[in-house]
Amino acid sequence: MITVDWQAFTPWSALSGGVLIGLAAAGFVLLNGRIAGISGILGGLLAAPGSDRTWRIAFLAGMLITPLIAWALFGLPAIEINAGLPIIIVAGLLVGIGTRYGSGCTSGHGVCGLSRLSPRSMVATTAFMTAGFITVYLVRHGIGG
Amino acid sequence: MMRDTFVSFIVGLVFGLGLLLSGMANPEKVLGFLDLAGAWDPSLALVMAGAIAIGFVAFTIAGKRSYSMLGKEMKLPSSRHIDKHLVVGSLTFGAGWGLAGFCPGPALVAVGAGEIKAIVFVVAMIAGMAIFDVIERVRKQT
Repeated sequence: MITVDWQAFTPWSALSGGVLIGLAAAGFVLLNGRIAGISGILGGLLAAPGSDRTWRIAFLAGMLITPLIAWALFGLPAIEINAGLPIIIVAGLLVGIGTRYGSGCTSGHGVCGLSRLSPRSMVATTAFMTAGFITVYLVRHGIGG
Repeated sequence: MMRDTFVSFIVGLVFGLGLLLSGMANPEKVLGFLDLAGAWDPSLALVMAGAIAIGFVAFTIAGKRSYSMLGKEMKLPSSRHIDKHLVVGSLTFGAGWGLAGFCPGPALVAVGAGEIKAIVFVVAMIAGMAIFDVIERVRKQT
């Protein structure tokens, strides 16, 4: 059975943060006609021709200054990274290769793809969620726990 | 040209604020959501629910248009082909996500916050993307 950690549960900040993410994705597709998929925007920068670079860099710059704006608006929320450096490096490599090979990540497939009812994104989201659940299970309760 | 660059910047900013506010940019919170067998934190399901509720309306409108409100061509993926790349790639991504608690967007936001481990993660992630590009280039040549 699943035990819910009610003390860690933050429904209002989760929901309002989700709405902001949805508004960002909505604004991007309605104004620029594009999918707000972070792995695609970053990955495209490595391969894209010159004229396509400007909007990608602008998008990433917006994301990078976010903590500064958040700090000024409501204080910077906690960012707790407990994994050690070797795990961080392996995880980064897997995320980099996997998101390009699978054509998307949590934003492109998870938010935009599911919003579009795309069958490809439903399969991708199911796959990465399942792999995430299994990995955490193995690390916390299997080999490591 | 200038207008859509500005839109990209603002969208990146709002997206990042959403990630920070929702807790998605905190790996410990993400792992708490992925840990079904431990003390489960369901918060991130609400992040997806909130985002998709808005996204669904926007993409329904967008799907009926050929051009965006700024007159840009709609660039929506048209492929409906479910193949090995999609599944294996997504499983690989999910394994990495479960190891560190970072996916691409939150990792970039954490870099902006000056987190050293996030910088290492993003460098490794970009290396992973570059490895993919090299493999694809070699595959296409053969």
